[in-house]
Amino acid sequence: MPHTPSPTPATPLLHVDAVGKDYHGTTVLHDVTLALNAGEVLALTGENGAGKSTLSKIICGLTPATRGGMRLAGAAFMPESRQDAERQGVRMVMQELGLVPTLTVAENLLLGRMPSTAGWVRRAELHAAARAQLAKIGLESIDPATPVSRLGIGQQQMVEIARNLQDDTRILVLDEPTAMLTPRETNYLFEQIARLTARGVAIVYVSHRLEELRRIADRVAVLRDGRLVDACPMAGLSEDDLVRRMVGRSVNDLEHRPRRAAGAVVMQVNGIGRASAVQDVSLELRAGEVFGIAGLVGSGRTELLRLLYGADRADRGSVSLPVDDFKPKQAAALDAPAHTAIKSIAKGVYKTFAKGFHSPLQAMAAGVGLVSEDRKSQGLLLAQPIRINATLSDLSAVSRGGWLQGAREHGLVQSFIRTLRIRCTSGEQPVGQLSGGNQQKVVFARWLHRPVRVLLLDEPTRGVDVGARAEIYGELDRMAAEGRALLMVSSDLRELMAMADRIGVMSAGRLVAIFERGEWTEQSLLAAAFSDAAGRPAPAQPVSPVAA
Amino acid sequence: MNPSTPPSPAAAAAASTAPSATPIWRTQLGTYLGLALVLAGMVGLFSWLSEYFWSVETFVTIANEIPALAVMAVGMTFVLIIAGIDLSVGSVMALAAATSAAAILQWGWPVPAAAALALVTGLVCGTITGAISVAWRLPSFIVSLGMLEAVRGSAYLVTDSRTQYVGDAISWLAAPLVGGISVAFLIALVLVVVAQLVLSRTVFGRSVVGIGTNEEAMRLAGVDPRPVRIIVFAVTGLLAGLAGLMQSARLEAADPNAGSGMELQVIAAVVIGGTSLMGGRGSVVTTAFGVLIIAVLEAGLAQVGASEPSKRIITGCVIVAAVIIDTLRQRRTTH
Repeated sequence: MPHTPSPTPATPLLHVDAVGKDYHGTTVLHDVTLALNAGEVLALTGENGAGKSTLSKIICGLTPATRGGMRLAGAAFMPESRQDAERQGVRMVMQELGLVPTLTVAENLLLGRMPSTAGWVRRAELHAAARAQLAKIGLESIDPATPVSRLGIGQQQMVEIARNLQDDTRILVLDEPTAMLTPRETNYLFEQIARLTARGVAIVYVSHRLEELRRIADRVAVLRDGRLVDACPMAGLSEDDLVRRMVGRSVNDLEHRPRRAAGAVVMQVNGIGRASAVQDVSLELRAGEVFGIAGLVGSGRTELLRLLYGADRADRGSVSLPVDDFKPKQAAALDAPAHTAIKSIAKGVYKTFAKGFHSPLQAMAAGVGLVSEDRKSQGLLLAQPIRINATLSDLSAVSRGGWLQGAREHGLVQSFIRTLRIRCTSGEQPVGQLSGGNQQKVVFARWLHRPVRVLLLDEPTRGVDVGARAEIYGELDRMAAEGRALLMVSSDLRELMAMADRIGVMSAGRLVAIFERGEWTEQSLLAAAFSDAAGRPAPAQPVSPVAA
Repeated sequence: MNPSTPPSPAAAAAASTAPSATPIWRTQLGTYLGLALVLAGMVGLFSWLSEYFWSVETFVTIANEIPALAVMAVGMTFVLIIAGIDLSVGSVMALAAATSAAAILQWGWPVPAAAALALVTGLVCGTITGAISVAWRLPSFIVSLGMLEAVRGSAYLVTDSRTQYVGDAISWLAAPLVGGISVAFLIALVLVVVAQLVLSRTVFGRSVVGIGTNEEAMRLAGVDPRPVRIIVFAVTGLLAGLAGLMQSARLEAADPNAGSGMELQVIAAVVIGGTSLMGGRGSVVTTAFGVLIIAVLEAGLAQVGASEPSKRIITGCVIVAAVIIDTLRQRRTTH
């Protein structure tokens, strides 16, 4: 494409004008206006779910904006697809790798534009071009003929970056590029970014690693709840200033309400772990309390809940639950596994499950329920009606001798729809047609009629609009008041601070801190969540043919 | 943000205009009517094309063809709903017929014992297919493809590669009672009704549909999908064994080549009935319509004197057209 002359500072390279985005009726991006100048590194930062990824995906044509427009070097810019954006020199390095593992490094680098004669690849030329591409990012040591699947994850990330460092690149969006890089690889990347900006390329650097932003960014744009809070020069801005902008806003009234009265221990977790994803987590859940789990995405929060539910098998540690008030049927189910042992914790008889539960079925028999993070792929049968989804986890209540009792099931579902205020045309409506909030209520319905003592909730309000959130919070409050213990993972700190009686913070697979209600501040929670950043162990590098 | 926020008036209104119950059969009524219309259209077309089609003889022939196909299609419906496939049913049918023939002719077993052996043979074959695909998490396509070959080979072994003439020991099963309706036909009819009830009215049927829709969601809801999968394949094998008995009763012989390629006819009948190959959606009653359509098509094309090649071309087109129509219908209702 013809190279347009560098725009003067007066006309920014990219102008984002009041761009907004709705997903299924939920606004995730509110009319963001932002300018990007040639040759600068603009950091895009904010908490999880603040809208960073959505904004960068709109810029790179991965998803269309609902409102607003953009101008690239003065001309209207509305990419219809990633290919369309790339043709105009706007490229993105994604968090999820876009490489084809079975192809070689060279083939991946030149995917879609391999040098060929009548369909036959000219290998020598392919490898020469790939080597030149790799050299740009200091990766001369990688043989272009190596299959990508044999590289370590960090090297794969570097190859992905190299693929996007092409001569016609005008804007390069890097989404959490260093998440899987070693410090040495990070340094290479930063050198390469400096070289690109010297050529006039504009970089959008999406990250919430504050120390990195200070090293690399010229300006920083902070997003919060899908709104642009501030866009200002990085120089002179302290990390405290940044965190305040990310967190912002006045403190909610609910944060000052008293702690709920906590009852007996209903679940004791002792050093449970699985490989390096969850490392020896211990905690106690008491009846009637809400225990929040904070932490960054990938800190092991979801993995912890899956271990506690038996969805994945733990390889160490144990879980203990009281057995005294169990119904005979449930006690019988608990007696089945040979590796359990009964012991006394304080007063009351507890049963210990070595390495946690071995299946969700066992967890349910012990009175533990899970509302999973990804309700579309793990929680719901989207194509099936509300009726089937709501009663899925306990059909014994609506069946006799294996035969379903239609009238009783219908009545139960109607009562769910009423009490949870599920907005639907009827109980026969497929859940895939409901809004996120109403889908989540259907998942809740499942645990309403079961003798669940511990409910594990993973991001219960993700993708749920504000109105429906309040109703879900009300439901959680009611469950806690009934004496259930809730263990709730959330990326939304304000939500945790409003709902939880205690908040545990996870970082790099460990539970690094537990705060009591009243002891925490947003800053202290964030500081704990980021605590691994300095002392983070280098990620394990799989055996690779080019290991230095 | 405030958990004690009262519901908005709009929400309360939405809740009070609560939905009313719709019987399941009513939501399916359109589908049944559509399939019945297609069937009636085909009967009309063939009656118009051939003066001999509209006769008792034709309908006796069709009624005789149906039971074996219908019985296997019932099992296959469940297999497709759990997003599996069983290519071995034709071979299992032949092996079941072969073992019962061997039991009567070579080992001198009484007829009821030989019949039971046929059913057990089918059950064992189906259980093997299901257990292997569950234990090693293999696609049932591959496992049942292997079974298709291995079981066919076993049928040759048992029959010594020759058709075994059983005589009229079990022909009462296929003999017409009233106007072409045989015991086998009645058994198939009862099976369709019972299987539909199992699918839509039992906890097991609910698990089958759930596993076909989203297996991980079912696992997290506390349902172990593995035994359900094995049972579905085991029952399908059992039904293929029953089909084998019906076939050898009708032909008074066990042919080691019997049912060769029949698995595709069975799958075609189920798919024409609107059951999804992707799993999660299907009905036994519509499968029965699919069986009727296949049987009428076959008999009709024979009546109008279509050559073997053109019969197969037309059958192929009908299968694809039926699925296109069903897919378009589904898209319209889900959007």
